[in-house]
Amino acid sequence: MTGITVWPVGVVVAQVTLFVLGAPFLVGLMRTVRCRLEGRTGPPVRQTWRDLRKLLGKQRTQPEKSSVFFAMAPVVLVATTLVVVAFAPLLSIDTVFSGGSDLFAIVFLLLLGSVSLALAALDTGTAFGGMGSSRLMAIVALAEPALLVAILALAAPVHSSSLPIIVAGSLHHPMWLATPQRILAFGAFVIVILAESGRLPVDNPATHLELTMIHEALMLEYSGPDLAFVVLGESLRLLVLLALLSNLFVPWGIATSLTGLSFVVAVVSLAAKVALLATLVAAGEVMVAKLRLFRVPELLAGAFVLSVLAVLSSLVIA
Amino acid sequence: MTTPVARRGVVPNSIRVIATAVERIAIEAKELLDDGFRLALVAAHDDLEEIRVVYAFTKGPPDERVELVVRLDPERPSLPSLAAVSFTASRFEREMRDLFGVELVDHPQPRRLVLHQHWPQGWYPMRAGAGAAPPMVENAGSYPFIPVEGPGVYEIPVGPVHAGLIEPGHFRFFVVGETILRMKARLWFVHKGIERLMEGKSVDEGMRIAERISGDTAVGHGLAFMMAVEEALGVEVTSGDRRTRAALLEMERLYNHVADLGALCNDVAFSIAHAHAMTTRERLLRLNEEVTGHRLLRGGIVLGGTNVRRLPARAELDSVGREVADLVAMVRSNALVIDRFAGTAVLAHEDAVDMDTLGVVARASGRTIDARVAHPFTPMPEGFTVAAREDGDVLARFDVRVDEVGTSLDCLRAWIGAEPTADPREARYDDVTPVAGPVPTRRSGLGIVEAWRGALVHRVELDGDELLTRVKVVDPSFFNWPALPISLADTIIPDFPLANKSFNLSYAGNDL
Repeated sequence: MTGITVWPVGVVVAQVTLFVLGAPFLVGLMRTVRCRLEGRTGPPVRQTWRDLRKLLGKQRTQPEKSSVFFAMAPVVLVATTLVVVAFAPLLSIDTVFSGGSDLFAIVFLLLLGSVSLALAALDTGTAFGGMGSSRLMAIVALAEPALLVAILALAAPVHSSSLPIIVAGSLHHPMWLATPQRILAFGAFVIVILAESGRLPVDNPATHLELTMIHEALMLEYSGPDLAFVVLGESLRLLVLLALLSNLFVPWGIATSLTGLSFVVAVVSLAAKVALLATLVAAGEVMVAKLRLFRVPELLAGAFVLSVLAVLSSLVIA
Repeated sequence: MTTPVARRGVVPNSIRVIATAVERIAIEAKELLDDGFRLALVAAHDDLEEIRVVYAFTKGPPDERVELVVRLDPERPSLPSLAAVSFTASRFEREMRDLFGVELVDHPQPRRLVLHQHWPQGWYPMRAGAGAAPPMVENAGSYPFIPVEGPGVYEIPVGPVHAGLIEPGHFRFFVVGETILRMKARLWFVHKGIERLMEGKSVDEGMRIAERISGDTAVGHGLAFMMAVEEALGVEVTSGDRRTRAALLEMERLYNHVADLGALCNDVAFSIAHAHAMTTRERLLRLNEEVTGHRLLRGGIVLGGTNVRRLPARAELDSVGREVADLVAMVRSNALVIDRFAGTAVLAHEDAVDMDTLGVVARASGRTIDARVAHPFTPMPEGFTVAAREDGDVLARFDVRVDEVGTSLDCLRAWIGAEPTADPREARYDDVTPVAGPVPTRRSGLGIVEAWRGALVHRVELDGDELLTRVKVVDPSFFNWPALPISLADTIIPDFPLANKSFNLSYAGNDL
């Protein structure tokens, strides 16, 4: 492995560290934005970290008769997301693993965490766990095709589904970002990200109503350090998804070389972009209500239509 | 103190009492029900030498009240069930069976209602000399859930401990996919023995308990109790005080309805509307505190009068009206919210009538029943109308609450402008002159008010020393709870919290 220099490894380490530190702040930021827009004070942005620290100091509990799935799911969730954070060109398109960071691989790694949580919820044997799992799987089954087709639309111009190549292509040809297929794919991406990260209008992360829950129902039985891992994993995944979104559609600022200055610029610009996106998502959440569960397929079908149109338009333009 | 004035357009309360034989009860009850009466209350009394059962029937307008009284052998109390003529009667009967040990002949559901299976057989807490609660047993009177079978049917048990800070109730859903086939609510987890607790208490002590039966209905329960006591003791209340009492009732309706409007939005995750509603509710609570000295309006009603510091000013009411109008406009302009509300958890008009529903729930299904019209204790302002909708869905219940906020504000505006109300004063027990004549050994009274959830009835009996011997409390939730499962036909599981919130029934008032 002679190709590996100190710098790219440093980028990976820095990327993982910054994302893990930053993810809970992202959730806190979104909560604060919502509170302020609703005229409430709300907890400080660092509250999620405080909660995590509190949870990590608690005892572990496990439901009777649950198996290794229940214990493993939080670890799998965090681990798969961390692999994505390490692999994906989030701060720089020139990382150790950049050759291997295929967009399909990233999407399915993120999905692995969801699936393991759904299995763990079934494992608990409670009605809510089963209900949450079936709802999540129904949503994923509808959201994933839309996402895959949208990726196809992004991959078409550069003839590659490798994330660094797509990002580099956009950097070299800024006009690509304004093409119809990019805009349509952006719409599909946003809907899928909202659905998969359990945000409104698909799921309400702030609810206490067990019967309406999707993501929250999956983690009802978790407590203490396990819950901390699930919360960290979910917030990390949201951060990764928003970072991917900003890199795919507004890539400027990402480091193309491995100098210290460009790395700092990349960190600052990504933080700014993600914060802006998160603020927009949170502000949007204030305006909307949660969809009736049976309307969610219609929304996801809309995302699928957008991504199919994106592919069609890229074929027409090509 | 205002001087007594002649009653204006209000029919005086007068109860017609019909003593009847056990075998005649079904015939008498059917005659009254066919005559348009509704069964408002059934109360059993252990008089040692006999078990006396009182059925209170009410009708209005004009205000009419009839009490059927039957006497049973205390050794083997037994009654023919009225379930065939009145669904509500069947529930009162099950309550009576659990608490008094009255056996019911031909009851279609001879199962426990109030006491859970851990209470031993043969112990009836409301019987004289029942004593302290015996130790719990494993499974004395099991009442299993009726199973629903079929391919793909599964059960979801929810509660009695919930994720939010709400009252305890156990809901058992039988579901295919997401669609509810059947839902059974099991309540009475907060049975506190309130009726027993009030026995032997003075009127003042009883009032303190009545105001705390259901925290959000302090005026409703307090006023119904006090009106029943005043009827029993023959205490006159001036028209000014009666109007002030009606104003307190409307203020209670206001803050609860505003909170419900917000809570309905919160249940569809439209939290900005919830935040706005909570702001308005907080303003109303602070106003309440200035009016009675208590945020939940406790202490405003005393025997024979009222004890308020001031009434709300017109400007305060107008400002609340504007805030609610803004809130409603925001909700109605949001298509996602309306989509969630419309067509959800429909309670058909026939079901609302058959189940004897009351209050907002009844009126949203086109049943315009309102004790403010049927049993008025003060003249309602000109142009007062009972808010009603036909659709019976969550949206209809939302709209009825919106309209009632408007009518409550109109009532308050009319009443505060009418004439100077009673001076702040402390009505003392000895201020009041009971009617002349020999003091009877047992006096009873029936108080009916339209509390914010619906018609609320208290029936009290007092002895010669003016101590309470029996208080029977009927919260409108007792009538409305059975209607909730009916409305869930074709509703999906994730819409249940919204449906439940749109009914917003009391557990504390029901479980007593």
